[in-house]
Amino acid sequence: MTDLFILFPSILNGLTTGAVYALIALGLTLIYGVLHIINFAHGAALMLALYGVYWLKEAAGIDPYLALPIMVPAMFMLGYGLQRGVINRASHGKDENILLVTLGLSIVMENLALLFFKSDTRTIETAYTLTTVPIDIGFAQAMIALPKLVAFGGALVASVVLILIVGRTDLGRAIRAVAKEKHGAKLMGIDVEHVYAMSFGIGLACLGAAACFLLPAYYVNPQVGNGFVLVAFTIVVLGGMGSFSGALLGGLLIGVVESLGGLLLGESLGQIGIFLLFIAVLLFRPQGLFGAKA
Amino acid sequence: MTDGTRTRMPALHKELLRIAIFAVGVALLLNVLDSGVALNFVMMALYAALLAQAWNILGGYGGQFSFGHALFFGTGAYVQAIAQIDGGLNPWLAMPLGVLASAGVGVFVGALSFRYGLKGSYFALVTLAFAEVFRIVALSVPFTGAGVGLMVPLREGFGNMQFGSRRGFALMVLGLVVLALLVTCWLRHSRFGAYLQAVRDNEDAARAAGVNPFRIKLGAIALSGGFMGAGGAFYVQAFQYIDPGIAYGAHTSVEALVGAIVGGMGTLWGPLIGALALHVLADLTRNLFGQLPGINMVIYGVVLVLMILFAPRGLGGLGRSVRELWKGRTK
Repeated sequence: MTDLFILFPSILNGLTTGAVYALIALGLTLIYGVLHIINFAHGAALMLALYGVYWLKEAAGIDPYLALPIMVPAMFMLGYGLQRGVINRASHGKDENILLVTLGLSIVMENLALLFFKSDTRTIETAYTLTTVPIDIGFAQAMIALPKLVAFGGALVASVVLILIVGRTDLGRAIRAVAKEKHGAKLMGIDVEHVYAMSFGIGLACLGAAACFLLPAYYVNPQVGNGFVLVAFTIVVLGGMGSFSGALLGGLLIGVVESLGGLLLGESLGQIGIFLLFIAVLLFRPQGLFGAKA
Repeated sequence: MTDGTRTRMPALHKELLRIAIFAVGVALLLNVLDSGVALNFVMMALYAALLAQAWNILGGYGGQFSFGHALFFGTGAYVQAIAQIDGGLNPWLAMPLGVLASAGVGVFVGALSFRYGLKGSYFALVTLAFAEVFRIVALSVPFTGAGVGLMVPLREGFGNMQFGSRRGFALMVLGLVVLALLVTCWLRHSRFGAYLQAVRDNEDAARAAGVNPFRIKLGAIALSGGFMGAGGAFYVQAFQYIDPGIAYGAHTSVEALVGAIVGGMGTLWGPLIGALALHVLADLTRNLFGQLPGINMVIYGVVLVLMILFAPRGLGGLGRSVRELWKGRTK
């Protein structure tokens, strides 16, 4: 029972982080599932979104949660433009080129941020930053920061919305058709380029939402994306490339593993755990833990 | 990319002659140059060329895109530093050790990833993750000096591989670059190189023809890692300092990869041309805007994107297209 007193808050903490991880990973897995490319610029795009939320708060006084209707469309447009204007043109029919172009984009974004915003780590102050909520499930109690709870709920809702969009709408049907068989989809009159760009846009829009939920309890600096991008890759691989439910479960799992690893092994070694898990899954089960989808 | 079929024996002599002219020419230039700034420029450009050539062996000729070549660079650098500081080894003896260790790390990572058939994006991700793991380990174990880094004590003298001027270091890295050129030349004309390019162009067809892709790729990653390790050892000797960020950070991986891609992957002179072009560009911006954080990397990123957009065969490929136009042989 005494163990539970330490473990329960840690698990809760992991779940809240994990939900945000899941949202980030959903964007990545959508892009992978449809375009069959790995978006190396995902972390850098998240970093840009976090700066967006930061400046909206600092310069315009807009609360991070109220910034959602600004950040989500803004990131969507960035993604749509990048895919149509740069990434799509760079492929020349080879996947390697896309890999390299997204790497190039991430280098540019990260270092432009370094150039303009310096390497300072920045945080925002809100009225609810330090508010905590007690959670009691009978045999264990924990205090959890309100922003983390909101992030948990918000990320889950956003994930469900995304899954509904892909599963239930005409756009989603077009996305799934292109993902499965792009030539067939083209013959059915689907504008494949447009669907590619929409998918990339939605993938980055997830980051816009994640940034709004993340910043009140987190920080931003030019390198902040790096930590997330490998975690997101791990989740995507763990959940099975292109699988939504896998990404959702994988995100929560990784969040808990990281939190418990940090508690038991210390901060930096907990991080190593994720990388080792990532390497191990890539090597031994590249189809993912949950799905057998090729 | 499809250079391999064009080359025949006489071309080998031509290439060797060109390498000899390059070696003598740069050596003479280094002896004439007097200003420290100019010597430093040539040294750093050659150093960048060495990294790009190392990446080119695996990425250009083997078609395996590593995003974490700093893994080998850092290993070479740390072995070079630790063997001297803790082992009391002479740097000239430490260097081959560092090269061997880097090649060994290459074989280890290669054996793991190629055995399970990782390629393309998956291979890029695994190398990136390994570099990151090594960086975190280097930050937390005592014998790398953790975050403080390692300082190699100053003991000037040829016997200690600490030349009085930049000229000595420039000549040393020139030697390594020439060695890398010769190995690349060998790749272009040897059986092993032919196998490697066959695996790059079509692995299944190569296997059907009796090539063992696993062993070939392992050889390539060991060679590539070895040269990257030599680059790391050189860095330690020239700057006498190494820390986890320099050793295993993304900057070195990016520099190696962009140099090779800008110049032209899978070509003999491409990485050299690419590294030189990037260096001139970086120097120009430094003169224009002063030393701003991140500006170099912004340029590298922009150049990388532009090259892939408009000249995916690199500067060398661009030159070839122009030549072909000139001869009226537009493909």
